[in-house]
Amino acid sequence: MKCRELAEFLMDYVSGELPQESRVHFEFHLSKCKNCHEYLVQYEITVKAGKIACDELSDELPDNMPDDLVRAVLAARKA
Amino acid sequence: MASSTPVDDEATLIAQLRAGDEAAFEQVVRLYGGRLLAVARRIVGSDEEARDVVQDAFLNAFKSFDRFEGNAKLSTWLHRIAVNAALMKLRTRKRKPEQSIETLLPSFLDDGHHEERFKSWDEPIDKIMERKETRELVRRQIDALPESYRTVLVLRDIEGLDTEETANMLGLSVNATKIRLHRARQALRSLLSPHFRSAAS
Repeated sequence: MKCRELAEFLMDYVSGELPQESRVHFEFHLSKCKNCHEYLVQYEITVKAGKIACDELSDELPDNMPDDLVRAVLAARKA
Repeated sequence: MASSTPVDDEATLIAQLRAGDEAAFEQVVRLYGGRLLAVARRIVGSDEEARDVVQDAFLNAFKSFDRFEGNAKLSTWLHRIAVNAALMKLRTRKRKPEQSIETLLPSFLDDGHHEERFKSWDEPIDKIMERKETRELVRRQIDALPESYRTVLVLRDIEGLDTEETANMLGLSVNATKIRLHRARQALRSLLSPHFRSAAS
């Protein structure tokens, strides 16, 4: 398996969907190739970073509904 | 302002909504509006349109309370309605020509090796993400993804829909959805890389 294929199979590997045989090749390449190992690590961090950044509890509090929008919604319901 | 005491029992709240209780409607809008606004904002990518989406979502929800099943959670149900309203907004708006994602994907030499040598991101993820400015940066980079990729990434990785639901909502095949998600993640990695590297130095 080349770096190119490894990059292609990355998502299936991370989600545990890569079939056993491909996984063996994948992990063998990974054990030899530092660059692909780093790429895998960064790919996983990227997914986590997106989740954390958009976690509503971190910044975007659930109660930040602007008052004028509340009024607009309620007015539209009656319209 | 709400004229009656807010209720924390969801079943009571839903009964009041079905009865057309004005205070209950206001309570729902205040309680869940902020969250729906954030969801809409992530999908449509602009504050202005997110407001329209939230309004549409609540109106759709209020019209269809009869179809709300008691065993679902109100928050989950509203979330789904907001996602649908946001996708509808995307479909109706004028399509801007989409920027290509190719330059953000890894490139390879003829022998199949990566062209780029990846410099490590040394700092642990939890530590990097503790900083508010990093969280803002990540959100901005998600917004910077080409729309058809951003949408898949947001639905799958952030809103937590599974591949099949995402595919259905976007009218894509499961396979196309997977490919887009993978490319979106790779592109986001490229966008984050200069920042995460420098944060580690």
